[in-house]
Amino acid sequence: MDRLHWLQMLAAAWDAYPLEGCGLLIGAPGGGRVERFVTIDNEAGSSRIYRLDGNQYARAALDADDEGLDVIGVMHSHTHTAAYPSPTDVAEATKPLVPPDWHWVIVSLAWGFPELHSFRIDAGGGIHEEPVGLSI
Amino acid sequence: MVTVSVRLPTVLRPAAGGQSKLSVAGAAVGDVVDRLIEDYPALESNLVDDEGSVRKFVNIYLNDEDIRFLESLETPLSEGDELAILPAVAGGQ
Repeated sequence: MDRLHWLQMLAAAWDAYPLEGCGLLIGAPGGGRVERFVTIDNEAGSSRIYRLDGNQYARAALDADDEGLDVIGVMHSHTHTAAYPSPTDVAEATKPLVPPDWHWVIVSLAWGFPELHSFRIDAGGGIHEEPVGLSI
Repeated sequence: MVTVSVRLPTVLRPAAGGQSKLSVAGAAVGDVVDRLIEDYPALESNLVDDEGSVRKFVNIYLNDEDIRFLESLETPLSEGDELAILPAVAGGQ
C-alpha cells in the first residue's frame, strides 16, 4: 500500500477513538495492492465491536465495481487489545459471502502509539499474518 | 411487474454463471430474490434460510438503502431500480 493509505488507516483509528474505527481496502479484484482506502462509519458505535455502516459500505463497494476494482479487505481498530484478530474477527471472516482472500488489517491503539498489521484468515479459521509493504 | 438490475458480490458470481449484474423482473424485492433462486439454485443457501428469510449475514440494498430499513422483502420496486447484495461485515476485539 502507499504510505498515504497507511496514514489514512491510522487516522481512521484515531478519529474514531474511543470507538472502534473501520474502513474498506479497495484494489484490483483478488489483488494485494491497496488502490484506495475508504473510511466507513462504525454502525455499532462501540469501543469493543464494529459493524460497517451498511449504506456507506454498499456505495463504496459498488463504486469500486464500476471502476473494475473490488473490495479486497477490511480495516478496523482495536482500542484495548493487540493488532491481532479476535475470535469475533475470525468468526466474521469465515462467514459465507465473505471472500476468503480478503486482507484483514487491524490497527491497535492499545499502547498509545498505533500498530498496524495485516492478516489472511482461511476458511478453517487459521490466522496468517502477512507483511505490509509501504511505497511513497 | 418491473425489471430491475441486481448486482452480485464477487463470491456469488460463480453461482450465477459468472455474471456480476443481472436483469430480473418482479414487483417487490422478495419476487426478485425468488426469481434469482429459481434461475440459479446454487444461490439459495447463500441468500435465504430454511424459512425463506434473508440470512443475517446478507445485506440487500435497494438504490443504496438497506431493505431492512424499508419494507424488507415486501419493498415494492420501480422500473430501473438497482438492487445490490453484499455480505454484512462486522467484528471486534
